[in-house]
Amino acid sequence: MRSALAALFWRELGIARRSGGGTSTGLVFFLVLAAIFPFAVGPDLNLLARIGPAILWIATLLSTLLGLDRLFQADHEDGSLDLMLTSETPLELIVLVKCAAHWLTTALPLVVIAPLFGLALAQEAPALGRVTLSLFAGTPALTLIGAVGAAVTVSLRRGGLLMAVLVLPLTIPVLIFGVSAAGAGAADPVPFAAPFAILCALSLAAIAGAPFAAAAALRYGGE
Amino acid sequence: MRLEVRDIRVERGGRRVLDGLSFALAPGEALIVTGPNGAGKSTLLRVLAGLLPLKQGRIAIGGAEDPPPCAELAHYVGHADGNKASLTAAENLSFWAAMLRSRQGRGTSLPPAEALAAFALAHASDLPVAVLSAGQKRRVALARLLVAPRPIWLLDEPLNALDAASQARLSHLMHAHLGQGGMIVAATHSALDLPNARQLTLRQ
Repeated sequence: MRSALAALFWRELGIARRSGGGTSTGLVFFLVLAAIFPFAVGPDLNLLARIGPAILWIATLLSTLLGLDRLFQADHEDGSLDLMLTSETPLELIVLVKCAAHWLTTALPLVVIAPLFGLALAQEAPALGRVTLSLFAGTPALTLIGAVGAAVTVSLRRGGLLMAVLVLPLTIPVLIFGVSAAGAGAADPVPFAAPFAILCALSLAAIAGAPFAAAAALRYGGE
Repeated sequence: MRLEVRDIRVERGGRRVLDGLSFALAPGEALIVTGPNGAGKSTLLRVLAGLLPLKQGRIAIGGAEDPPPCAELAHYVGHADGNKASLTAAENLSFWAAMLRSRQGRGTSLPPAEALAAFALAHASDLPVAVLSAGQKRRVALARLLVAPRPIWLLDEPLNALDAASQARLSHLMHAHLGQGGMIVAATHSALDLPNARQLTLRQ
């Protein structure tokens, strides 16, 4: 069973690398979002420094959702999902492994590049570290919550927008604690540890719960 | 090991597609399902593969201790090929070999290269599936039957897009599978070369 999941993991990475697009489109989208905020906010560096973590978090949230609607839809369309359902491997684990591969190829590059864009948003070194750490801890929750939305909309032709509408409200807790961990110490006296711990808890809860919800949606929604 | 289907009823979109259908298959037996479009041939195969819920009745594996669900013993080759266009034929097959390996499956599993050779596709093993023709894609999907041994083959229009030589190869492999005690349920409009197969005709 382990080798079935390992094979799935490498297949997902192979598809992401081969068909390209996903990773680089996400990064460019992230860059564009982070770049247009200063145009809207204006040339006030203090203001930009204060809302920088929030901008990075919103940009990450939207970039993570980009392409997530295809997570199961591509497998549904070419028949792979049907075959995976006939596997002895539990669908929950298949969902978890697909999410892990998706996080690795789309969310992790955003986390890695975030400090660079943080510089453009007038973030200081400690703030950069906090933003990056909070994104690293929070993006698994975004991917897994998004996977539930992707599973629910798997058989809809244009499910992307519907998925975003379903998923975005559910990501509000992650956003609140992510931004408050990232922006801690700057203006408000919130300590870093408390929101960061809650953020980690949200991610762990999503890892534990979301695969069951997504697998159930895939089992009964595939008809 | 026997495949027993008892009095099943299946509804799709509120419409009753199969009702009161029963049959049993013993090792080495094949069942050819025929009927007009929309009679429920594909539905029957999808139900056997565990992809559609039953309203009534049961599908059971008899003659085995603690039998797994039918779906985990069955290879399903449907209309969609289940192969990723950006991966090569060999990569697709080795993935399915790992994913579909069954604890219950007896018999030999072929390495992907040999399974492709059995369908005369050895030359295409390193090509992305995207560049293959429709018939070649179909043959890659059918080669999946050989990389992970499973006793029940569920074939939905297996001859679609296949040329005469490939049809002959498939029927040779089907005979070999039945000879080893396997079972086949095939939905088809064209004649399959399985003289001893039982027939099931579905009506609308």
